[in-house]
Amino acid sequence: MAVSRLASSSLSKLLLRPLSAPPFSRHFSAAASDDDWTVLTIETSIPFTGHRIDPPSRSVDTTRKELLSFFRDMARMRRMEISADSLYKAKLIRGFCHLYDGQEAVAIGMEAAITKRDSIITAYRDHCTFLGRGGTLVEVFSELMGRRSGCSKGKGGSMHFYKKEAGFYGGHGIVGAQVPLGCGLAFAQKYSKDETVTFALYGDGAANQGQLFEALNISALWDLPVILVCENNHYGMGTAEWRASKSPAYYKRGDYVPGLKVDGMDVLAVKQACKFAKEHVLKNGPIILEMDTYRYHGHSMSDPGSTYRTRDEISGVRQERDPIERVRKLILTYEMACASELKDIEKEIRKEVDEAIRQAKESPMPDPFELFTNVYVKGYGVEALGADRKEVKAFLP
Amino acid sequence: MALRGLGRRISIGKRCFSSASEVEKPPRDGKPINLFSAINQALHIALETDPRAYVFGEDVGFGGVFRCTTGLTDRFGRNRVFNTPLCEQGIAGFAIGLAAMGNRAIAEIQFADYIYPAFDQIVNEAAKFRYRSGNQFNCGGLTIRSPYGAVGHGGHYHSQSPEAFFCHVPGLKVVIPRSPQQAKGLLLACIRDPNPVVFFEPKWLYRLAVEEVPEHDYMLPLSQAEVTRQGSDITLVGWGAQLSVLEHACDEAAKDGISCELIDLRTLIPWDKETVEASVRKTGRLLVSHEAPVTGGFGAEISASIAECCFLRHGLQLEAPVARICGLDTPFPLVYEPFYMPTKNKVLDAIKTTVNY
Ligand SMILES: Cc1ncc(C[n+]2csc(CCOP(=O)(O)OP(=O)(O)O)c2C)c(N)n1
Ligand SMILES: [Mg+2]
Repeated sequence: MAVSRLASSSLSKLLLRPLSAPPFSRHFSAAASDDDWTVLTIETSIPFTGHRIDPPSRSVDTTRKELLSFFRDMARMRRMEISADSLYKAKLIRGFCHLYDGQEAVAIGMEAAITKRDSIITAYRDHCTFLGRGGTLVEVFSELMGRRSGCSKGKGGSMHFYKKEAGFYGGHGIVGAQVPLGCGLAFAQKYSKDETVTFALYGDGAANQGQLFEALNISALWDLPVILVCENNHYGMGTAEWRASKSPAYYKRGDYVPGLKVDGMDVLAVKQACKFAKEHVLKNGPIILEMDTYRYHGHSMSDPGSTYRTRDEISGVRQERDPIERVRKLILTYEMACASELKDIEKEIRKEVDEAIRQAKESPMPDPFELFTNVYVKGYGVEALGADRKEVKAFLP
Repeated sequence: MALRGLGRRISIGKRCFSSASEVEKPPRDGKPINLFSAINQALHIALETDPRAYVFGEDVGFGGVFRCTTGLTDRFGRNRVFNTPLCEQGIAGFAIGLAAMGNRAIAEIQFADYIYPAFDQIVNEAAKFRYRSGNQFNCGGLTIRSPYGAVGHGGHYHSQSPEAFFCHVPGLKVVIPRSPQQAKGLLLACIRDPNPVVFFEPKWLYRLAVEEVPEHDYMLPLSQAEVTRQGSDITLVGWGAQLSVLEHACDEAAKDGISCELIDLRTLIPWDKETVEASVRKTGRLLVSHEAPVTGGFGAEISASIAECCFLRHGLQLEAPVARICGLDTPFPLVYEPFYMPTKNKVLDAIKTTVNY
């Protein structure tokens, strides 16, 4: 008991780094705030820590336009996840549902550094990654509710979002399984010489799966352009990282693979790290990015999220490290917009989300015969024949 | 449309469980408890009665996802009941090694859907250890517990029934209980059996199934099927959560004057062919039912075996083809789960077709 208290309090200290207004190198006058494109340089919350690599600079270039879009995109994700929570409680979403609120800066910062020709593959906590890849709210809510207009035609549900044309390879239910898949994607990219890369995301819990180490070796052996992104939200279900990992320094766990520890609550730091990582892997092979982040919700909808961590810990992170509040503060500090304008944006987002839910509810369930489609390519395999192999044949497309 | 109506009715239909049969009746001195509490009792007893027993798995120290291991850490300490990292292959391999040193390793795989990363260890290491070492080594103290089956809305990765994969592996035992009382007695038998056992727990019944469970230490025999209902027209064979569906179907069929004999197989391998055969010789008809996809399911093995021994032999014969009412040959679906499932009405239809063949 004593041990656990000690360890968890040191953990919470680790989690709570203050969100101080960062120093800035180029002054941004109120007048210039009209100019969306003026470049300003902002320092990341904390320095990056490297493993077998010199970390990138803390100074990140951004613009008013970018910061406002970060704010809007992250607020949209937050609102979406909170609405999903309500829909789940109203039993409109069934199955297992894992929410991403708290971790938004990872999805958004990553997108800011790469293009849709780069690939992303992740686990089941995939709603926001999908949105980041250009997915729509209607597709999200429809999929969550198992409707036809969902991004997987209502057949996947919360854990299985995909968007092929934007290089989003989903949406995987088996913890750790997506990481070697990411290596395969990266091999194909390397082969086609089109200077694209794969971001393979996994959690701190997943980091202990054997597949992770297989993927590390393979990708290093063949110099694959893959970025292994450990979204360290410090818990795998109810298990704190230190209970499950001998070394919770996930960025170092590739041993011979370089790594970078990043404040995953600071969208600019994430952007900087991903940009750096992309350049690195194209030249040198894989890298690990450990994103220090936090999930506010419980692991899934059946987990209140408060039995294995203190409410103080959660509210502490909310107050001091929240990714959206950090950007809000930046915007206000640099007078890029006033508080009421940001509030207006949030109001618009609420409307947008409500409207998307309304539309999603109107979307019909998939046709019953969809139960039998996509098991094999039509005509290339056994077609399902129903309970006693007589009944349902007629419904096959 | 008709199909849809059917599905909805069934998805709402509450599952119950069948209590012990007339034949074999454990004393009814216990309190009514649900299935996860019965498992919990069994684990308490297993740890209590054998100082070399260990319980571990993802989050089991906190009671596990389904509360089956609640209170064990407090009672027996962190050296005997502990959380593992998230690594099924490692958990299984570790458990085999622990058991090979003469311990009782009771490992939990959080969901049967996640047993596949451990598949190699179970199939290649656990099952063949004794055989290939000429009986020098074994991991007989190994029991792998895992919740299996549908829960109504589990989707692709919280609903699967992978028992048939393990039934293809000589050296393993596969056991699935249908009720709290059965779960406790069978789990204790598995833990103490000198062979590696995979024990699948019907997660649908964890809370739903409540019956009186004796508080004392008792075991139910492995590889012995149980006739839970006597009948003369057709034999129904199933296991786990499916037993309650079959029970309902029997009740309905009885209204139409069809008398069903119901058998809970309990141990899938090595299975009790004699009991099934004797029943089929009496009824002349067989229906097998499970949630796993029909093709290659364990129902196929039962059907084939019974066809072998009951087709025109000793003057007794099957009077109709064996019916299999199982999951569809699709991945376990998120939407339209009731269509996928071997529901009561599907079973009932098949009973009628088979009896009127
Ligand atoms: C192979 C496998 N084992 C267990 C699970 C059950 N499970 C789902 S998520 C999870 C925890 C994963 O934690 P982490 O990797 O840190 O990701 P996070 O949920 O924090 O995003 C577990 C144990 C699973 N989905 N797959
Ligand atoms: Mg985690």
